[in-house]
Amino acid sequence: MSKTVVGVLGLQGDVVEHLEALRRAGLTGMEAKTREDLRRVDALIIPGGESTTVAKLLDRFALREPLIARIRGGMPTWGTCMGMIVLSADIAGMPDQPTLGVLDVTVLRNAFGRQVESAEVPLEIPALGGPPFPGVFIRAPWVERVGEGVEVLARLEGKAVMVRQGNILGTSFHPELTRDVRIHRWFAGWCTRAQSAA
Amino acid sequence: MAEKGSTGTVKVKRGLAQMLKGGVIMDVTTAEQAVIAQEAGAVAVMALERIPADIRAAGGVARMSDLSIVQKIMDAVTIPVMAKVRIGHFAEAQVLQEIGVDFIDESEVLTPADDKYHVDKHAFTVPFVCGARDLGEALRRIAEGAAMIRTKGEAGSGNIVEAVKHMRTVRDEIAIVAAVPAEELVARARDLGVPLELLKEVARAKKLPVVNFCAGGVSTPADAALMMQLGAEGIFVGSGIFKSSNPAKFAKAIVEATTYFNDPKAVAEASRSLEGTAMPGLEISKIPQDELLNVRGV
Repeated sequence: MSKTVVGVLGLQGDVVEHLEALRRAGLTGMEAKTREDLRRVDALIIPGGESTTVAKLLDRFALREPLIARIRGGMPTWGTCMGMIVLSADIAGMPDQPTLGVLDVTVLRNAFGRQVESAEVPLEIPALGGPPFPGVFIRAPWVERVGEGVEVLARLEGKAVMVRQGNILGTSFHPELTRDVRIHRWFAGWCTRAQSAA
Repeated sequence: MAEKGSTGTVKVKRGLAQMLKGGVIMDVTTAEQAVIAQEAGAVAVMALERIPADIRAAGGVARMSDLSIVQKIMDAVTIPVMAKVRIGHFAEAQVLQEIGVDFIDESEVLTPADDKYHVDKHAFTVPFVCGARDLGEALRRIAEGAAMIRTKGEAGSGNIVEAVKHMRTVRDEIAIVAAVPAEELVARARDLGVPLELLKEVARAKKLPVVNFCAGGVSTPADAALMMQLGAEGIFVGSGIFKSSNPAKFAKAIVEATTYFNDPKAVAEASRSLEGTAMPGLEISKIPQDELLNVRGV
């Protein structure tokens, strides 16, 4: 079995921070920004960034369909903040912004407010165990509607901020901006299992 | 979120700049222009009353924008909205923070309000971006609390030469600091007028502790690709979009060239799609010395 390669979608955003977190967690990462790159990776992280921008670039460079096909085919995929918005079924109040529609949730963008409301908040994540996770929320979305088969892994002020549906993980916050690589390691665990199963 | 968490921390301020990386931030003066910028794929817009080329042409004192314009732009788009304040004008900054802009640019493009001191940016919840021509300027601004740096270039000139010079200068100075023996750092910190701890951090990381974009002179997709290859983490375009003959096409093409900056085929395709001419450019040596913007606020 070859070594698992975790791609980080490199169209825009905090790509390097994810690659660095993967390295610290002992994993192999690579920036993925073309269709060829997407074929080479075993798993994918869609980083933080601007969802409006990345949604447009996915269409302009014909990456939408191959991405959906890989994710529907079971590729472990994790979206942080913008990434979760891109993966979602739809965005509350913004029917025109396209999404990949692979994670059955409705998200609300900038749900906690504009930048002056961005904050660091300790988060209880029972599935992860251990001490609270350092949540970094930047113009963050929350999950308004959770579809069938979607598990809520963490809440903040009663709102879902970490969700999982099968091979897809979404977080409203940015673990890649912290020194805590527990979620990167946990995600890597799925990748290894997905690869063994295949 | 404020009850349980901490707002305005260094991490969330620098963090927003990190989310903008690899993107293009466009100057806009109206809500309509902001929508064009967002539609083209801008990661943020900079709301201002006049774009730099017009500020240059109009002369006089350039101030913070009319708040009703900033508000209209904030209402028109979902991407972050930035706005400029005069160097040292902390009251303009307080007002912009009050209405909720996402980022403040303490900018040499406006007429400085203080000939000695910049704003104490630590005192704010909203993050600041500041211009720099070299490592000393960059680290002084970071010491004052800037969460993002942009190399200055020469705003409104349509000429990339100053942007290249400033980006290369910062890059070269970082390489030197990272290479010299530790005992030189105290004297170098003194010469640069920067805190020793910050300089040590740069020497260790071989990069600035905040995101560094490029500004001041980008007018074409190839300009954007050039600056990204020289190490810019993203691009500010001022006059280059709305002084071109086809703003929507130029905006879109500059975004594409920024994303695929290291793929000449993609940059060529973006350049071919322009259907118009770039903004007129100025020879830097023909700009009167007292009209140069990049020497303000060092």
